[in-house]
Amino acid sequence: MSVVTPAPSPSEQAEQQGFKAHSDGGWGNTSERVVPVQTRSDRFKSNVPSEHPDVTGREAEWKLTPVDLVRPLIDGALDGAPYAFLSTHTDGTDVEWIDRADARIGSVGAAEEKASANAWNAFEKALSVTVSGEEHSEITISRSSLGSGPRGAHTIITGTANSRGRVILQNTGLAQLTENVEIIVEDGAHLTVVSVQEWAGDALHLANHFVTVGRDATFRHVVVSLGGKVVRVNPSVALAGEGADGELFGLYFADAGQHLEQRVYMHHEGANTKGRVNYKGALQGLGAHTVWVGDVLIGPRAAGTDSYEQNRNLVLSEGTRADSIPNLEIETGDILGAGHASATGRFDDEQLFYLQARGITEEEARRLVVLGFLTEIVQKIGKPELEQRLQASIDAELNASSSAAVNGGAA
Amino acid sequence: MSVLEVKDLRVSVETEQGTKEILKGVDLSIAEGEIHAIMGPNGSGKSTLAYTIAGHPKYHVEGGSVTLDGVEVLTMSVDERARAGLFLAMQYPVEIPGVTVQNFLRTAKTALDGEAPALRPWLKQVKQSMTDLRMDKTFAERNVNEGFSGGEKKRHEILQLELLKPKFAILDETDSGLDVDALKIVSEGVNRAKENTGLGLLLITHYTRILRYIKPDFVHVFVDGRVAEEGGHELADRLEDEGYDRFLSATGVA
Ligand SMILES: Nc1ncnc2c1ncn2[C@@H]1O[C@H](COP(=O)(O)OP(=O)(O)OP(=O)(O)O)[C@@H](O)[C@H]1O
Ligand SMILES: [Mg+2]
Repeated sequence: MSVVTPAPSPSEQAEQQGFKAHSDGGWGNTSERVVPVQTRSDRFKSNVPSEHPDVTGREAEWKLTPVDLVRPLIDGALDGAPYAFLSTHTDGTDVEWIDRADARIGSVGAAEEKASANAWNAFEKALSVTVSGEEHSEITISRSSLGSGPRGAHTIITGTANSRGRVILQNTGLAQLTENVEIIVEDGAHLTVVSVQEWAGDALHLANHFVTVGRDATFRHVVVSLGGKVVRVNPSVALAGEGADGELFGLYFADAGQHLEQRVYMHHEGANTKGRVNYKGALQGLGAHTVWVGDVLIGPRAAGTDSYEQNRNLVLSEGTRADSIPNLEIETGDILGAGHASATGRFDDEQLFYLQARGITEEEARRLVVLGFLTEIVQKIGKPELEQRLQASIDAELNASSSAAVNGGAA
Repeated sequence: MSVLEVKDLRVSVETEQGTKEILKGVDLSIAEGEIHAIMGPNGSGKSTLAYTIAGHPKYHVEGGSVTLDGVEVLTMSVDERARAGLFLAMQYPVEIPGVTVQNFLRTAKTALDGEAPALRPWLKQVKQSMTDLRMDKTFAERNVNEGFSGGEKKRHEILQLELLKPKFAILDETDSGLDVDALKIVSEGVNRAKENTGLGLLLITHYTRILRYIKPDFVHVFVDGRVAEEGGHELADRLEDEGYDRFLSATGVA
């Protein structure tokens, strides 16, 4: 479940049902078995902050998060006014501020915890992004000047029926932000949402993305978290329509003192839905902490479900902690397959040996292996300029913290 | 003339039952342009010898030396050995997710030469060698060894041999798992590399088949962690007929 380095003797475990075991290539691995929690869909929901109990930091939802640091976002006063953003877009997309009374608001999700309810309560207008083009259309929303005061925000992203497009949320600069993002993927739509967190070093960001995916619609979600003091992005995706397809990817690189968290929930509601979750992270530097919780719920109507989730963490130095907790609940017997895997390990020494045996220095070999490890996720974005820029950012992260990191030898 | 010299090499590995001695005093001398074949039963220590020369951290050198033109290799890091001119075609090449063959080859070439190769001639060379080895050009964009079949991995090893141009190469069972045609193609690749660069070869194999294509100057019989007998090509044929019984009873190994 959690790997704290130095770890005594990590053991590996990967469980699956109906899927081929993944090769774990000689990692020193750790993972967790299925933890039956309260059925995920039964969780308490309310958009009114006072209806949520006070947060102590001992709750399952919060116990891995540095609650003290994000306290202002959980129960402090928030600025909910519209903020400045930059948008670049092609035809077939639209962006506007909409009123709280708009019917789309609340149509997908509701707050399951207090910081989410706090944001819901605070926002004055919601930012609405619509993709309606049937050719590929694209919009990038850049937020870079949210400032250092606590804020609450709400965003609605709609992929209209049979549309095709990509929405990129690009986050930089200072921020203390708690927000809810509702994503509606209408029937037959193909929508990709990429959320990139490259916040300034002391930024705090708590986000809940609520997604509903319609009949024969395809949704791809990519969370890239690189910068910020505490970044917690929790996507909850309901594959609601028959034949809906959801791919949830994530990539994070935590360096010294950074907390990067993602709680992913995939709910197979409709029949014949396909879900894939793949999150990969790297940790380097004292106090680097990552959390991945992957809940998959296969509901009673979800016959023919095909589901797989995995999380892998690559530990690059001493003094880090990676929590990785997959949960799988199955409420129908009639599925195609469901499985999960979780692994946290150091460098594969055999990979390093192979590269070094070709003359490549140890440092360069490590760099290749880390970039290679994370590249699989970067490539899911499908936008070459952004992919290249992120590769360069990861490279910079590696260089920046490798001098400070105590590199361990053999696992 | 370059010489790779192994003297009284003794090597152990850590096992759950404690330290296990595997190489028990290996002596071997390979000069530039020579082809040496090593044959021996499973578990006799052939791969251990290969990996130890390449510097794999799993193997502990208890004594002896490996020198390249008089310079001790055993104190060098793995990448220094490669830059000194040693190459190991591995029995089980490792998969490297997310690193393309193209990127890997260029990075290795750059590391070996100390500067990036001029792009156009390099790409041309890579393409030519891949064509010679009948590797589809899509392999350049695939991740290193990921999803390669056994035979494809071996071709990829020889592709590296041709492009990286070492002084000495150890081929650890490069012929195992190759079909008849692939064996010929891979052997031609090795011979081409030798013609072009005059490298010295240490060929570890179980079969005389490959020795029909790559003609050894010397054959060494490896038994229980040391060289038990040396001879010319005829020794390989004799081994094929008689097996290793003669040596096993002589050394008292079951
Ligand atoms: N980690 C280890 N633990 C126990 N024994 C080991 C370990 N590593 C190597 N050995 C043993 O060392 C011996 C030599 O192995 P090596 O791989 O060098 O043999 P080989 O001659 O290459 O065999 P093959 O022809 O099957 O490839 C074998 O008996 C092997 O089991
Ligand atoms: Mg062997």
